[in-house]
Amino acid sequence: MKRVYLDNAATTKIDPRVLEVMVPALRDNFGNPSSIYAEARTAKKALEEARAQVAGLIGAKAGEVIFTGGGSEADNMALRGIAEAYGKKGGHIITSKVEHHAILHTCEYLQKQGFAVTYLPVDEFGLTTPEDVKQAIRPDTILISIMYANNEVGTIMPIREIGAIARERKILFHTDAVQAAGHVDIDVERDNIDLLSLTAHKIQGPKGVGALYLRKGVKLPPLIHGGGQERGFRAGTENLPGAVALGKACELAGAELEKNNAHMEKLRDYLLDGIFAKIPYVKLNGHPKMRLSNNVNVSVRYIEGEGMLLRLDMAGISASSGSACTSGSLDPSHVLLAMGLDHATAHGSLRLTLSPETSKEDIDYLLEKLPPIAEFLRVMSPVYKAEVGVCGRQELKNCAACPVGREK
Amino acid sequence: MDHFANPRNVGEIADADGIGEVGNPVCGDIMKFFIKVDNGIITDIKFKTFGCGAAIATSSIATELARGKSIAEAQRLTNKAVAEALDGLPPVKMHCSNLAADALKAAIIDYKKKRGLDYSDIRLDDDECGGCENACAGQRH
Repeated sequence: MKRVYLDNAATTKIDPRVLEVMVPALRDNFGNPSSIYAEARTAKKALEEARAQVAGLIGAKAGEVIFTGGGSEADNMALRGIAEAYGKKGGHIITSKVEHHAILHTCEYLQKQGFAVTYLPVDEFGLTTPEDVKQAIRPDTILISIMYANNEVGTIMPIREIGAIARERKILFHTDAVQAAGHVDIDVERDNIDLLSLTAHKIQGPKGVGALYLRKGVKLPPLIHGGGQERGFRAGTENLPGAVALGKACELAGAELEKNNAHMEKLRDYLLDGIFAKIPYVKLNGHPKMRLSNNVNVSVRYIEGEGMLLRLDMAGISASSGSACTSGSLDPSHVLLAMGLDHATAHGSLRLTLSPETSKEDIDYLLEKLPPIAEFLRVMSPVYKAEVGVCGRQELKNCAACPVGREK
Repeated sequence: MDHFANPRNVGEIADADGIGEVGNPVCGDIMKFFIKVDNGIITDIKFKTFGCGAAIATSSIATELARGKSIAEAQRLTNKAVAEALDGLPPVKMHCSNLAADALKAAIIDYKKKRGLDYSDIRLDDDECGGCENACAGQRH
């Protein structure tokens, strides 16, 4: 069966050019970068080249990049580290309600340690406004952490403006750029960012390796105590193959950013137009303009998202939903609820995320398979008839998938 | 998966003798059952469900289990029995997604109400829905 992968916000397929540098790093370049002999020096050189490549993607200096075990680790390191290092100065942190759980759950942990956290609301498009950030600042605020782009709805936040506010008030500013890095032009200097998290597996790199940008001069306690690796911030022999792969993924993402964005934006808009043309009662989630080039998030009203996902999977398509039933909890996406969606609409969300490899044929395949699935589930939905007044079979002309029709 | 992929008895019965609806959109599952009763036997049954894969599958198998049963037998069906007929459900699905027996019982209550029959012996498996901390309580309809 044909498979179409449209869940690139969850993880991407590794780029063969990334794999090409990773395999020799595993097979041949086995030296411990902390040793002093030839194999070690080669390994150290590769590590530092990778660090420079990561820094290059975000306008940082190589010495300001710390390799981590991924985006969540970088987020934890930033928040818990700043709380520990600057806790005596103040005990207040500002974040938003639509952050990734790596931020939200860390904030909850910090609250248990006695810190106060303000969770900023977002507007209907998922935007945190600079004005709200300004209003939330207190004399004891030590950190503002706002994501660069939202992982579910793709909304890109006004990071430069928020960073400027933080800088003016001398408050440290962290951004979780896990979804944005490699998709958005990021410059930590221009954007007034003090700490930034990113990861490899969202940009055609491997899982299990990420990085934290830490502006020079910002204090942070060691995440892991031990040797002096990563300037003492994270002890342990470095994941050299992972770091080299992250470096290459960053280099490629930076070099091909414009080309990839142009390709994905075109397909994204084609996909959105197709969905709206073929399926009635669909709502776009996220900002119509300020959104990631690869993100489509819609609520197909009157049906529940997990049913769509399972049927799409049966048709060979991998996608995602903010449906409660896919999250292991019984509440739908906290992001969609924060944007003001009612529960039923939030349960029916569908996230389709593209990669540079996604083709028009992939989108056409999705556009062929999704409408009858929506019809099928709507015919089955008591909510559809209750709110629209007719059953899906009468409303939608193509009844091929209609179980009612089939039974008759 | 079979009952999700190929749900049986989807639809409505225009002149149903009993209609029952349980769940709520906050919880993410709404099930509506329609029954036709002849001489105390459920001769036809249909359902409509807004919900996840497990909700659709449990609705489908509940209709299969109830069809041809007497009202007395059908009202003894439990949500747990429905889940077991599917060879079990993951723990997280045992809550709101497994309301099918309740939907059936709600339809039987409606049937009995319309005929002035006593329905005080029917108990919905309310406690099964303890997972919806912020949603289900008191919102059945």
